[in-house]
Amino acid sequence: MTLDRRTFMGSTAAAAAVLSAPTVKAAGHGKPRVVVVGGGAGGATAARYIAKDSKGDIDVLLIEPSRTYYTCFFSNLYIGGLKDIDDIGHTYGSLAASGVNVVHDWAVGVDRDAKTVSLAGGGFVPYDKLILSPGIDFVEGAVEGWSLAAQNAMPHAYKAGSQSELLKAQIMAMPEGGVFAMVAPPNPYRCPPGPYERVSMVAHVLKETNPTAKIIVADPKPKFSKMSLFQEGWADHYAGMIDWIGEDFGGGNVSVDPDAMTITIDGEETQADVCNVIPAMKAGRIAELAGVTDGNWAPVNGADMSTKADADIYVLGDASAQGDMPKSGFSANSQAKVCANAVRGALTGSKVFPAKFSNTCWSLIAPNDGVKVGATYEATPEKIAKVDGFISQTGESSDVRKATYEESEGWYTGITSDMLG
Amino acid sequence: MRILRFSLSVAVAVFCTVAAADEFGDPTAGEKIYRQCKSCHQIGSAAKHRIGPHLNGIFGRQAASHDGFRYSKGLARVGASGLEWHAETLDAFLENPRAMASGTRMSFKGLKNPQDRRDVIAYLRGFSDSPANIPEADPTATATDHNLDPAIIALKGDPEYGEYLSSDCTTCHQPDGGDDGIPSIVLWPEEDFVVAMHAYKNKDRPNPVMQMMAGRLNAEEIAALAAYFATLDD
Repeated sequence: MTLDRRTFMGSTAAAAAVLSAPTVKAAGHGKPRVVVVGGGAGGATAARYIAKDSKGDIDVLLIEPSRTYYTCFFSNLYIGGLKDIDDIGHTYGSLAASGVNVVHDWAVGVDRDAKTVSLAGGGFVPYDKLILSPGIDFVEGAVEGWSLAAQNAMPHAYKAGSQSELLKAQIMAMPEGGVFAMVAPPNPYRCPPGPYERVSMVAHVLKETNPTAKIIVADPKPKFSKMSLFQEGWADHYAGMIDWIGEDFGGGNVSVDPDAMTITIDGEETQADVCNVIPAMKAGRIAELAGVTDGNWAPVNGADMSTKADADIYVLGDASAQGDMPKSGFSANSQAKVCANAVRGALTGSKVFPAKFSNTCWSLIAPNDGVKVGATYEATPEKIAKVDGFISQTGESSDVRKATYEESEGWYTGITSDMLG
Repeated sequence: MRILRFSLSVAVAVFCTVAAADEFGDPTAGEKIYRQCKSCHQIGSAAKHRIGPHLNGIFGRQAASHDGFRYSKGLARVGASGLEWHAETLDAFLENPRAMASGTRMSFKGLKNPQDRRDVIAYLRGFSDSPANIPEADPTATATDHNLDPAIIALKGDPEYGEYLSSDCTTCHQPDGGDDGIPSIVLWPEEDFVVAMHAYKNKDRPNPVMQMMAGRLNAEEIAALAAYFATLDD
């Protein structure tokens, strides 16, 4: 069940009246309310776990503008032709069925004194605890010549959905022997292996449809996630196709011209047929509007994901600055469970268990050639710190790589049902 | 309906192959192949239900018909629609378990080599009543192999704590028992669950994700998870 605006405003007004006394458990009447902003891997998981585990003792409201959520994870497989767009699209119906009120609107402001979130559609929602999981936005002016206004000419496709479809369509329309250029982002950013899995999937689709095409990557970094695995795979599957220009060769000195469709790397201009610009990133805007960011990200306490700025506001996933965990869907899901347990404890007195985090990132280099990297983490007073980890090895057998890919398929089914019910 | 039609055509095809070859498999070779099965399915005089049901007397039995075992809905469905285990139906099932019974919890990709299937079926045949064509075989009980401290196995887990810890598992493993690419972990006997987790913890089993996840759990936490997952309904 999703609420239309009228029902929603009605229930909000009622809830506002009930919740006028902010102390929650002590008040003995009315239910405490958690508002979650953002229905991705962090927000949807937190909302679902709080609703499920509190068994109706906490009101959970999720604010998410999109009716269909396209996962960023596996969106490269869509670009590579291995998934349909519908395979990575999910609706919120089952989340609503597990007791979460889902409101499709933009959260446009947070009043920390009054403890309310204001909505683009008008009105506001009061909260006892606010969980922000807004994902990423792009740093303005990060790539010379590019702005959000140019995202149709030069897509980022780093928020999945229509941008992914646009990039895919442009790749399929490339002339024979054309050029696909990518501007890779500086650290830290969402999904560290993501740009390189994308290069692999673009190479895969071009190898099938346009084998004389070229791929150029301008990268401001000297090295990247799973670098030796990707480079080995590129040599094996796509020899001579991919030109990766790292920091040492001027990959960070880059500008683009979306009108002329040119990219200039260290002074050398190239005409591109497709130019995928992935700019530097920062926390989704609502975190900044709530005043919980410091620089580009929102610093949080590892024990419960509460922000350093406000003990009643939590930030999950990509938007948070937490320490050693990579910005990934798996990480956001893991952080959400720790946060849900802590928030529930704070509001209802339920038992709070010690924080444990984990992450695994699978990447696909070519069909049935999957690799993975993962680690476990714990909360220390300073940050979320890495405990133990592993990474796929170069030279693994094709059986191992195939099993790794199949495992990633299983993970996809697992995490999407863990998030959305 | 689709499943029935499909399995029928498979059965017919297989029947032809078996009839044409006019040979039964080699139970000695089958015993070796059965090693892939025995971590879940016991067979022989002391056999009990474990992760999967025991396989004594499987020939001629209706699928999903042991009262003392909780089957997946998928297998219960094909059993209810009349599937019986004979050489040809076992052959089709072993080739691709999920093609024949979608939703089965049997996390086994299947035996692609027809000779392997014939051999393992010949081995199974030795543990059923009146096995035709095969001399009476001595029942050999197979236990789950492990050398885990009995004190660890005896630990009684707290399912409530297990439920909290399980959120680490359900990022990948589906609580409804579904499995594609990642095996089901619900409704396992607690002992088998504990043995498997300690095997990962001690790096005796190979998957690095599981070695990492199990590596940071202590014996009580593993017992708690075993207790929780053993009770989950599918």
